Amino acid sequence: MKYDVHTKVQPVVTGDALPKVRPELTTKGQHMSGAEILLRSLEAEGVKIVFGHPGGAVIHVYDEMHRIKPQFEHILVRHEQGGTHAAEGYAKATGKVGTVLVTSGPGATNTVTGIADAYMDSVPIVVFTGQVPTGLIGNDAFQECDAIGISRSITKHSYLVRDVSDLARTVKEAYHIARTGRPGPVLVDLPKDVLLAKGPFVYPETVNMRGYAVPAEGRVEKLERAAQMIEESERPLFYVGGGAVNSDSSELLTDIARHTGIPVTTTLHGLGAFPEDDTLALRMLGMHGTWWANQAIQHCDLIIAVGARFDDRVTGKLDSWAPHAKVIHIEIDQSCISKNVFADCAILGNVRNVLEQLRPMVKPKDTTEWLKQIDVWRQECPLKYEQDGKLRAQGVIENLRDKTNGDAVVITDVGQHQMWTAQYFRFLHSRTHITSGGLGTMGFGMPAAMGAAFGMREIGSSRPVVCISGDGGFVMNAQEMSVAAAHKLPLKLAVINNRFLGMVRQWQELFHKERYSHTDLSDTNPDFVKLAEANHCVGLRATTPEECRQIIDEAWKVTDRPALMEFQVAKEEMVFPMVPAGAATGEMITDRMTPNSFV
Amino acid sequence: MMADTLVLTPQQIIRKKAAGEPIQPDDSEMTRKHTIVVLVENSIGAFIRVINMFSARGFNIDSVTVGPTEDSSVSRMNIATVGNSRIIAQVLRQLSRLVDTIEVTDLTTTDYVERELCLLKVCYTKDSRSEILDVSDIFRGKVVDITKKTMTFELRGPSQKIDAFIDMMLPHNIVEVARSGRVAMQRDI
Ligand SMILES: Cc1ncc(C[n+]2csc(CCOP(=O)(O)OP(=O)(O)O)c2C)c(N)n1
Repeated sequence: MKYDVHTKVQPVVTGDALPKVRPELTTKGQHMSGAEILLRSLEAEGVKIVFGHPGGAVIHVYDEMHRIKPQFEHILVRHEQGGTHAAEGYAKATGKVGTVLVTSGPGATNTVTGIADAYMDSVPIVVFTGQVPTGLIGNDAFQECDAIGISRSITKHSYLVRDVSDLARTVKEAYHIARTGRPGPVLVDLPKDVLLAKGPFVYPETVNMRGYAVPAEGRVEKLERAAQMIEESERPLFYVGGGAVNSDSSELLTDIARHTGIPVTTTLHGLGAFPEDDTLALRMLGMHGTWWANQAIQHCDLIIAVGARFDDRVTGKLDSWAPHAKVIHIEIDQSCISKNVFADCAILGNVRNVLEQLRPMVKPKDTTEWLKQIDVWRQECPLKYEQDGKLRAQGVIENLRDKTNGDAVVITDVGQHQMWTAQYFRFLHSRTHITSGGLGTMGFGMPAAMGAAFGMREIGSSRPVVCISGDGGFVMNAQEMSVAAAHKLPLKLAVINNRFLGMVRQWQELFHKERYSHTDLSDTNPDFVKLAEANHCVGLRATTPEECRQIIDEAWKVTDRPALMEFQVAKEEMVFPMVPAGAATGEMITDRMTPNSFV
Repeated sequence: MMADTLVLTPQQIIRKKAAGEPIQPDDSEMTRKHTIVVLVENSIGAFIRVINMFSARGFNIDSVTVGPTEDSSVSRMNIATVGNSRIIAQVLRQLSRLVDTIEVTDLTTTDYVERELCLLKVCYTKDSRSEILDVSDIFRGKVVDITKKTMTFELRGPSQKIDAFIDMMLPHNIVEVARSGRVAMQRDI
């Protein structure tokens, strides 16, 4: 038994129903090349789409792909980083595992940012990297790099396949590890000679990993303790993170919150797990969270953390965070428990299993007084921005929300626009908000939106896919636009152009005496409309609120390719409220007039 | 043993102080030596992942030994580390979380035996020879090699004993010391 792991070893079915092995594909023992075994394994795993880029080390895989025409779609991306983000977007939108295939050396290193991003945000992806032949490994061969070594601290697990007879089993394990428990990226390194070697193909039906336990149900005595703590609390609060989305617990959570009358605040990744139009919804907490959510945290007497990890962007200065609160922590990853904040009651398990157990154990509570107090805070400092007839980012986001009634898959990049989207969009459904939270990767948005759009198409959903980026981050992976165009994806790409690296500009204004060192983009920004057109997309531009509504309408009429909407907005706009990094959550800057002791 | 009942974060300590609650002396702040035994899949990759986890997350390692076990598919790592109870709880959780670790045990909280092997080469002269041999006798060392100028001793025992032995040899001219690192095993009750 592993330390602290008490729960049953049992794969958890997440959004992805466990793949069925297709009997016609597992003609037992048939001899074929490693490259074909790889493709057949992906088919057997139920993979529907692979984001890849060929090169010398994987040329045989591409050759076999050409020959056997496997039962999945291969999308040729234009940069391997784009490929990994696309796989992430696909995984987050559908709950399935994303797949990436790249060559050795530079192909592998180009995936590093995406892998790190998936690791920080618990996104299930499997990345197959080509490798030089086993005999050359370590010789500084052409396009050799130690992909396993480079990725070791940013993967949930990794494999170097040395023998073709291990290949199918390795693929099976890789997908199992990526999908189950706390999801994450798995890298499989494939030397060229292994792909060329011939071996029998048998896709295993089960995995057998004695060291890998997946927590499912929580311990009953812990749950009883939690139920009692909830019963005894006067000012309880749900604090919900990405774990609730990953385990598809949104409905269950909503039911428990309404049943008990306990208000809910979410992290950036928790957005959508609880409908934000509900009276119990306090919206996002933390650095750019709402005033009332942060006040509620500071005054509550019980935090029920659901699949959240008490990140520093949420807690600010730990010593003064939630000073009156006892903590119940429902979490699948034991290493998150009591890491930053002590858990008075830690329940290790799959969030959905635990909530299912908890539901019959909790009774309705009278939280009227507590909700009344929260309403006072809500009136005290609402989300607001200047209404002076100028086009502002917040207004653009509200227009996008109105156009879709909040029923869209929204992908953002990183920066001010990301925070405004979190604040102003009002997310109503699980898996409709996709962003790079942990790593904060600029350049995530556009390719992730493409991946999400492929996912929506695959599951037959008509939800529009909207990408909201800044002018800085959009350019970082804009090359994938032409791929989305080639596949006729009706993406809506909103570029919030403030001609600045806005979020950095904000910090420079607030904490660096307005020294705007290298954040002005006006000289280096491309013409976004022409950029769109050059990539076979529709390009539109708005400079006033009126034009904003017009081009949104126009963009929604485009159905056969992406439409890029450039919104030229005021450059000096700031994201408020804000808890400065390292400050106490009580010390929020609510607008430009707040005395600011951090300069 | 559930670690979360033992562990206090800085935030928790502040809250306890504010509430006037007593804080046990062994709460979190006290740094101790720990011997952790990790059974891992027998592969270089598994071994490196364990070590990498320590460096990537900023944990200490005093010594590591790794070797085969009665089961040829399993390696046993003995890791000596220091930290307060909060850090050690994190170390154990992070270790358990790795796919290739089969079992993780902190022996420090149990009754266990611990041994280390040391080879020590020292220069001797006519004058110092008998004194060096006396020290070795006291520690039950064994001469495993001798030349005209140097003697090499083999010494086994708990790490503190080896520390003490080296300490006693310091006044003489030590040429080389090789220590195996700690290996440890729980006693049967
Ligand atoms: C790859 C990468 N480089 C640098 C940063 C640091 N950074 C965070 S936000 C930001 C500004 C983003 O500007 P823009 O894309 O225009 O969005 P805005 O903040 O203006 O909405 C920068 C440079 C980052 N997050 N990622």
